[in-house]
Amino acid sequence: MMAAIANAQVDPAALTVPGRRAEPAPPRRILGRVALYTVLILAAAALFLPFYWMAVSSLKHTNEVFTAPVHWLPSTVVWHNYLDIWQKAQMSTWLRNTLFLSVVVTFLQVLTGSFAAYGFSKIRFRGRELLFLAYIGTIAVPWQSYMIPQFILFSRIKLTNTLWSIVALQAFGAFGVFLMKQFFESIPEELSEAARIDGLSEYGIWRRIMLPLSMPAVASLSLLTFVTTWNDYLGPLLYLRDPGVRTIQLGLSRFIDAYNAEYSLIMTGSVLSVIPIAIIFALGQRYFVEGIATTGLKG
Amino acid sequence: MATMVTAPRGAGADAPSPASHGRSAGRRRLVWRNTAAGWSFILPNFIGFAALTMVPIIVLFYVSSTQWNIYRHTATWTGSANWIQMWHDPLFWKSLWNTLYYAGVHIPLTMAAALGLALLLNRKLRGVAFFRTAAFFPYITSVVALCYVWNLLFSPNYGPINEFLRWVGVDNPPGWTTKSTWAMPAVIVVGTWREMGYYMLLYLAGLQTIPSQLYEAATVDGASAWQKFRNVTLPGLRHTTFLVTVLITIGSFKVFDVILLLTQGGPGQSTYVLSQYIYQKGFVESQFGYASAVAVVLFAICFLVTIIQYRVNRRGNA
Repeated sequence: MMAAIANAQVDPAALTVPGRRAEPAPPRRILGRVALYTVLILAAAALFLPFYWMAVSSLKHTNEVFTAPVHWLPSTVVWHNYLDIWQKAQMSTWLRNTLFLSVVVTFLQVLTGSFAAYGFSKIRFRGRELLFLAYIGTIAVPWQSYMIPQFILFSRIKLTNTLWSIVALQAFGAFGVFLMKQFFESIPEELSEAARIDGLSEYGIWRRIMLPLSMPAVASLSLLTFVTTWNDYLGPLLYLRDPGVRTIQLGLSRFIDAYNAEYSLIMTGSVLSVIPIAIIFALGQRYFVEGIATTGLKG
Repeated sequence: MATMVTAPRGAGADAPSPASHGRSAGRRRLVWRNTAAGWSFILPNFIGFAALTMVPIIVLFYVSSTQWNIYRHTATWTGSANWIQMWHDPLFWKSLWNTLYYAGVHIPLTMAAALGLALLLNRKLRGVAFFRTAAFFPYITSVVALCYVWNLLFSPNYGPINEFLRWVGVDNPPGWTTKSTWAMPAVIVVGTWREMGYYMLLYLAGLQTIPSQLYEAATVDGASAWQKFRNVTLPGLRHTTFLVTVLITIGSFKVFDVILLLTQGGPGQSTYVLSQYIYQKGFVESQFGYASAVAVVLFAICFLVTIIQYRVNRRGNA
């Protein structure tokens, strides 16, 4: 079964087909198009309402967030919220911790993931399939089911309440191995054969041939890992107790608990937690889509 | 598990060949060198993966039959005591039922929404590329912030959702997360909203693999749009549907963060789910042993459902 999952190979490039120039259409086609666009616009409105609401509320006075009838725009724009939040909350600590985690986890995941993927896709040895099966098998095992033994282990080795606990939690996931393996398998074997004949070691082939050729996959994996680590809430909830090691997600949720009536300030914090992700997403959309389409294993 | 995979590739390559003595010694050296190289590539990731994921999964079964002292880290073997306690624990059954409720509605709803969006967006149309990626954005944004916003949107008296419902003529709009009958539907709405874009991408990728000649042939044969969907699209998507079903199912049974952030399991226990119960018993009440027993149930459900889906999928292939 699991092999079927891993082999659900698709052509991600096909997802980004450029729009074709419309030819003159008969009236029925035009009507269909209008209906289609109406549905699309409604779907987009439903998708974006929460984001719009978040942004608008962050610029309101707190007592204007809840009104009947609803105010779709702030009556006065309160930019001040964006200054106050830095004083009332330890935003800079949270952002620094989260950035550190996201960078370290991404680096380790790409490094160990692509390294292991090379072993799985380009070298034949006894036990390889069984080993890979162990990786795939864990897809069917939710983290929630083994978080307790894992916690026991982490507290034994004194990792709890340090940022390293989250690094350990996220950096060695099977996801990176799958994504890179899928990509490496699409690179023709002749290339590595030629390099072997020229005297490159397996490590050299990984470093000088496979990695440079897999930059799109590395980009996908990096962006997805970065974003996942940035947004992780449950890991920090279990492992990070001290205020000094809080991440943006955990800090924000603690802030909500402490200031639950400061609606607009909470929204300001929320916007600040989403902005980095929005920027990364805007810049690297293509890689997100391709990464998901090749593996379908995130989450 | 071993029966579930196709025959391992390259396994035959290790078989001894009836060649000369010197060649077979060289072969052995090659096999050994490959094994060493292969393991050296896999080890950096595997050490972390084995120690931090596989070992805990195995240890889980031991912990689930013990009483764990969290201060001294000692375990007392209690045999079936945790299991008997669970059998008589109404909150366990309640959370199991709620998990099934969430999964039972969320799985078909998300699949339908994802497939619908994918079919809608699988055409050449101005602006479609934007929609494809935009639909995926909720999946990768902060769950803490989004759940908080949704709670405001759901606000019974001042929220935009009920304002809209009143505007279209619903006199008595639902209380959403504040009412025990409506809390679960509200959670399901948010869960579906967050995840449908992700599964839509998988469906879109699947749709791209269906050869357009099949549709052309169906058109020539005079097939209606529905017939094309039934007889070309759905069969062509079988592998994608399998993958999506497995992923959504596991995702639904382990649902946690959305519930914790939206309703904390309430009002009352109306949205209390298995994962939250594990968290509550383990990390709030420090009963690691009992919480692990509940975790084994979650593990078993996900494992069984995946195997059943695999069997069904394979029967379809034959």
